[in-house]
Amino acid sequence: MAIEVPVIADHVGNLKTTRILAAWARTGRADLTGHVDTFGPMPMPRHADTASAGRLVEAVRSSGLVGRGGAGFPTARKLDTFRAGRRRPLVVVNAMEGEPASHKDRALLTSAPHIVLDGAEMAGMAVAAREIVLCVADDQDSSAQSIRTALAERAAAGIGRLPVKLVRPPGRYVSGEESALVAWIQGGPAHPQFRPVKGVPLTVGRQPVLVQSAETLAHLALIARYGPDWFRRAGLSDAPGTCLVTASGAVEYPGVYEVDIGTPVRLILERAGLTGPVGAVLVGGYGGTWLSPKLLDVPFAPRPLASVGGAMGAGVLAALPAASCGLAETARVALYMAEQSAGQCGPCLHGLHSIAYDLVEVARADGDRSALARLRFRVGTVEGRGACGHPDGVVRLVRSALEVFAADVAEHARHRPCPWWNDQPLLPTPSSLLPGGRRATNGRR
Amino acid sequence: MAVTTTEYRLRVNPIACDAFGYCAELVPELVSVDEWGYPIIVAKAIPPRLFELARLAVRECPRQALFMEEVVRPSPSGKPRPARRR
Repeated sequence: MAIEVPVIADHVGNLKTTRILAAWARTGRADLTGHVDTFGPMPMPRHADTASAGRLVEAVRSSGLVGRGGAGFPTARKLDTFRAGRRRPLVVVNAMEGEPASHKDRALLTSAPHIVLDGAEMAGMAVAAREIVLCVADDQDSSAQSIRTALAERAAAGIGRLPVKLVRPPGRYVSGEESALVAWIQGGPAHPQFRPVKGVPLTVGRQPVLVQSAETLAHLALIARYGPDWFRRAGLSDAPGTCLVTASGAVEYPGVYEVDIGTPVRLILERAGLTGPVGAVLVGGYGGTWLSPKLLDVPFAPRPLASVGGAMGAGVLAALPAASCGLAETARVALYMAEQSAGQCGPCLHGLHSIAYDLVEVARADGDRSALARLRFRVGTVEGRGACGHPDGVVRLVRSALEVFAADVAEHARHRPCPWWNDQPLLPTPSSLLPGGRRATNGRR
Repeated sequence: MAVTTTEYRLRVNPIACDAFGYCAELVPELVSVDEWGYPIIVAKAIPPRLFELARLAVRECPRQALFMEEVVRPSPSGKPRPARRR
């Protein structure tokens, strides 16, 4: 059975902790009135100077906020890099939602656009930015519409100091990679750039670019209001705060949930109405890992997940029903990821397609028996050889599939084809080029 | 007193590389190719005797996709830095 993840904020109200989604949970409205009633006005100092910027960065530092886009980099340290520079940077808000199984950006943008815009303003104040550029993929019209409405409300109320530009890069998987976004803003194709030296800021022309995910900025807006101690009241001491999770698959209420970091995976899925035994859970996203059903009690937090080989990624939790075939799902995702490659780097362009077709052969058990050995060899060859992390994500996912679904691999190796192969997929692969694939839902219900 | 060594290694810009394979022909000790012809840098550091050949490979790459990078690492043979006197 195909399961779409609807944009759900209906169930948000059932959660214990709601922070960035609190206005929606309390008022059921995404407008400025509900926002200001819930959170109060944006704490922008009347004279934004170096001192007030410094205070905000220090508050972010002691809050322990790390980026929610997947890399988990400390936000304050990122802000530091941009404060030191001489040129006024550009703040790029990444709300691209490149992960097909994640719906957090559209949940955030449609139910809490003002908290994201507040966060972008505050981050802009912290680094003395010149402008804010908000990136929403061209296939996500409801998010863009919500932002346009919010911007009009703010203009009418006289809120906000920086000009905000809404841009619509192509809705492809790699477009949301930060250097791809910057390349697109510069007028090029939305392809990742080769960055030989780590930690050098991206630039548009000679302007440095601070790229932050929409969720990170939303948390920043609350830290600016309530302070670091408040922020640390949720989550773990080494990973404070809440995060947005998109639960899908074998759950009754698929959707976006705000949870304390450190909530056990099982608890999150149960809150989303886990419907039965699971075969595995996809954690992070399509460049993430499968979590064995034995490990469902692992806390959803960076360190515990790392100990089982996973990461929070884009906050995806997709529960695979015990009856489905994880190899077939992974093969479909691998095909999709291969097709989404920007095609710039040889190892990614050729390697991902080869890996995907090897995995298809393993799952369908219709090829010769060499596919598995070839697959294992190829995942080792491709790793670390792209300009961005796209091939590495596929390698990570395929490796974890071979490990977690080892029993299925053995079964298929005895030439028992997968009965699930021709069935409707669980994980969305929004591409018209793939069997069973379809375009993204554009956030429409 | 030297406590760090400077080594050099080869790196590929994977976007620029078009799998001409000259690098693997010129310094097979440092570069092999995958099944599609794209280079895999096999050596962590360039040994001094291969340095000139590695430079040739960098110079001859038709896409200028190969480059050399300096790696500064603590010397394995270097003695620990003496505590600074106050």
